[in-house]
Amino acid sequence: MVDTAPTTTPAEQRAAKRHPGRAPKGYSMRTLPGFSVIALFTMIVLYAPIMILVIYSFNEGTSLAIWEGFSLRWYRQAAANEAVQDAAIRSLYLAFIASSIGTVAATMAALATTRTRRFPGKTMIYALINQPLMVPEIVTAVALLIVFATIKVWTGHTSMIYLIVAHTAFCIPFAYLPIRARLETMDMSLETAARDLYASPWLTFRKVTLPLMWPGIVAGLMLAFVISLDTVVITEFVKSAGQETLPTYMLGQLRRVVTPEVNAISTVILAAGAILVALFFRLTQRKG
Amino acid sequence: MAETGGYLPGALEAEAEKADTRNRWLLSLPAVIIIICFAAGPLLVMVLYSFLTPGDYGNVKWEFSLEGWMNTIVQRDIFDDTLMWADAHISIFWRSFSLSVITTVLTLIFGLPTAWFIATQPPGRRELWLFLVTVPFWSNLLVRTIAIQELIRNEGVINLVLLKLGVIDAPIQMMFTDFAIGFGMTYVYLPLMVLPIYAAVDKLDFRLVEAAHDLYASRWTAFRRVILPLIKPGIIAGSILVFIPSLGAYVTPRVLGGGKNLMFGNLIELQFGAGRNWPLGAALSLMLMTAVMIALIYYVRVTSRDRADG
Amino acid sequence: MIDIDNVTKVFGAGDAAFTALSEVSVTIAENEFFTLLGPSGCGKTTLLRLIAGFEPPTAGAIRLGGRDITRLPPNQRPVNTVFQSYALFPHMSVAQNIAFGLEMLGKPKAEVKSTVDDMLRLVRMEAMRDRRTSEISGGQQQRVALARALAPHPEVLLLDEPLSALDLKLRKEMQIELKRLQSETGITFVFVTHDQEEALTMSDRVAVMSAGEILQVGPPRDIYERPAERFVANFIGESNFLNADLAGDSVTLAAGGTFPVRRPDGVRDGKVSVLVRPEHITLGGAGDTLRSTIENVVYSGEATVAHMVLPTGEPIKARLSNAPQGDGALPGAGSQVTIGLAPGAITVLRD
Ligand SMILES: Nc1ncnc2c1ncn2[C@@H]1O[C@H](COP(=O)(O)OP(=O)(O)OP(=O)(O)O)[C@@H](O)[C@H]1O
Ligand SMILES: [Mg+2]
Repeated sequence: MVDTAPTTTPAEQRAAKRHPGRAPKGYSMRTLPGFSVIALFTMIVLYAPIMILVIYSFNEGTSLAIWEGFSLRWYRQAAANEAVQDAAIRSLYLAFIASSIGTVAATMAALATTRTRRFPGKTMIYALINQPLMVPEIVTAVALLIVFATIKVWTGHTSMIYLIVAHTAFCIPFAYLPIRARLETMDMSLETAARDLYASPWLTFRKVTLPLMWPGIVAGLMLAFVISLDTVVITEFVKSAGQETLPTYMLGQLRRVVTPEVNAISTVILAAGAILVALFFRLTQRKG
Repeated sequence: MAETGGYLPGALEAEAEKADTRNRWLLSLPAVIIIICFAAGPLLVMVLYSFLTPGDYGNVKWEFSLEGWMNTIVQRDIFDDTLMWADAHISIFWRSFSLSVITTVLTLIFGLPTAWFIATQPPGRRELWLFLVTVPFWSNLLVRTIAIQELIRNEGVINLVLLKLGVIDAPIQMMFTDFAIGFGMTYVYLPLMVLPIYAAVDKLDFRLVEAAHDLYASRWTAFRRVILPLIKPGIIAGSILVFIPSLGAYVTPRVLGGGKNLMFGNLIELQFGAGRNWPLGAALSLMLMTAVMIALIYYVRVTSRDRADG
Repeated sequence: MIDIDNVTKVFGAGDAAFTALSEVSVTIAENEFFTLLGPSGCGKTTLLRLIAGFEPPTAGAIRLGGRDITRLPPNQRPVNTVFQSYALFPHMSVAQNIAFGLEMLGKPKAEVKSTVDDMLRLVRMEAMRDRRTSEISGGQQQRVALARALAPHPEVLLLDEPLSALDLKLRKEMQIELKRLQSETGITFVFVTHDQEEALTMSDRVAVMSAGEILQVGPPRDIYERPAERFVANFIGESNFLNADLAGDSVTLAAGGTFPVRRPDGVRDGKVSVLVRPEHITLGGAGDTLRSTIENVVYSGEATVAHMVLPTGEPIKARLSNAPQGDGALPGAGSQVTIGLAPGAITVLRD
């Protein structure tokens, strides 16, 4: 997109002639003084804390700052910790169900709201789908607390269903984004062609639309999964007793003495997230 | 040729259109229902709750009351029932607002050069840099906050290094201060500033910068007079995108600010926990939501104007 | 075969309403190579989309072989389309694309395979059967699109500017190939183009459209030699328009000279405009009756064009074939020449 400009443009050469002393060597309008230094500093700052956290998760000793040698001790301890196991399984279970339902709902909604004329209610549907993105998480969380607390008292029912529906609603806009983006790049005439070639609406969807929008759906699913795994505020307010997820477990641990066990769990979460994001990037960046 | 000759829409067309609208609604229905029930609807219930009376053990009594809303900014003296400003709340509002502004400014100072740097990289490397900025954006906010905590705590790496070097004798108390919150929020929200500015710089037509130089502008003048106005929409977008979650932040101030340095989000939580004042919590939530909506509307107007301009 | 009966199509409603087709009626015969010709935006694609069933008409009916198909969805019409952009499925191979329609019709596997093979042979793409559609050239994609639309052996094939993306040489080849396919398969072709030469060389009949209406339908020769209206004459080929007086079966040009003409229906005696094609004009003949002044002379390869003015001030141009190694010496600008018209060169226009 951006042209690969030659090292000196005519304008630069002219400038060099006009102000012989002032035009520095390798002068380029694309670099601004100091910007690269700040940028590199920022990138280091962005990664240093994460790196330190990861490194100390492999520390032999209990300290979060003094290095005492490499060990997998904290990983073993975390893996053996029943509370962690429990929370990890619950997190995965929750993320799996919420992101699956959310992605199906988001896919249907994306099909309904893209590549269309303005139909009555389109703007409303669109606003509703994006609503969870526009309200601070804490506000959504306490609103859910108010509603669910009442329901829990009335029914006495305290299963995972509350967390599942809350996460599903929160996942929908995130799943919707990449699916919608994918659909919008898709050529309508392909579906018209399928209809022309005797495919019923359902077969057109199955044989043409779905395979073509598939990367968007997978990207949406992964995004929704990551979001559900990350969500701590909503979970904290909606969960019933004994329904810790990994993030709420860690948030609880921070009140006590922190050991590198938290670092070990964090590292695993980071790694899982990074892998999903890398896959997401691959799916959405590749054209066609 | 544009005359319609007074045709009514054909029966077939009307039929097809109606069926199309109905199908699109049916397709949207699952998402719409889930969100109405478990995201948008509860907000309306919260409006109702903000006008009720607090229950003795949390929850509410079903009696109408404006106390919830009044208590957001004033408080009643326990003994003589006189009203006075709720100083604690006001200082929390102020902290939320000022820390959000500071966070926005700091992320801009670091984010703008970073975005510029990435956008001016050669194509292959640009994607790598972009990826590197995006990964923290999608990685767990709590984990990133924990990373900051471990860096700045009294037994953390920074204090340790400074002690070893003999710069300080005793650890600097950084945790549980406003500084910690500001630093943490700057760190976690930085990618939100970089990405929109990157998009704006990426769109920038560098021939315009050349033209400015050709017309004798120095680098600084070209930046101020040509580049900055052109990437302004990206800067505004980034600022709003940082400001909004900062204002509603909960996790970062909770972990880094401790129990004393509350922000808006923590104040809300307090009403549903130890405070046992759900109507006040609901009213505070609605206040926060309104503040965020105002910022969002401004954002939408600015960005849609940008889109209309080209 | 295809009856387009008083079809109107209006897009949008209220102030934004736009009439893309207004009361179009035309009948296309079986086995015909029928071409829709007209400037951009005149409604050609819209008419094709209505025939294919992608869009319902606002008013009017479409019949196929006597059966009303106006309400039939596209997948139930025995009509296939070659799309302007080809619309090949990117996630399928060449062979899978061609097989798609047959599979949707529920044809048995063996039949699908043999038809696909036949089609690949027909469009000379046997070697490419397992390629992805993104891995073949534009001309090859065009042929796959054609094979895909032909494979289910529809009663009607609709082709929307299928050759417009091809370079000149390939285009000429494909024109011949299309014509061959049409006569081999015996399918009715409805072909859209805005290239007049393509329309004239390939079609059995041509419909000239403008602003949502069909102005004239007829065989290429009629369209070219006896255009009914000024728009048609102007759109197809080069034209001279002259003022004249019609009286009975002859016209008297304003510039002088009386000539016998074929009198079109519905034109009354009096002032008319007439068309004279530049290639039907000769210069400096013995019996010439008209005089003109040369303004300039342009050499263009196989012909030389002389731009002139008649004594009435009307511009007129003549197109003269270049003789082999002739010096082509036409008199220079400003000189006087006489003009001769070939017999039947004058067509009276209806406007
Ligand atoms: N879906 C639509 N909504 C509104 N207007 C439309 C629509 N489709 C076509 N039109 C309008 O109808 C007119 C005819 O369009 P059509 O595509 O049939 O033209 P065309 O003759 O095929 O032109 P071209 O040679 O450029 O392909 C155009 O002015 C177009 O803008
Ligand atoms: Mg067209």
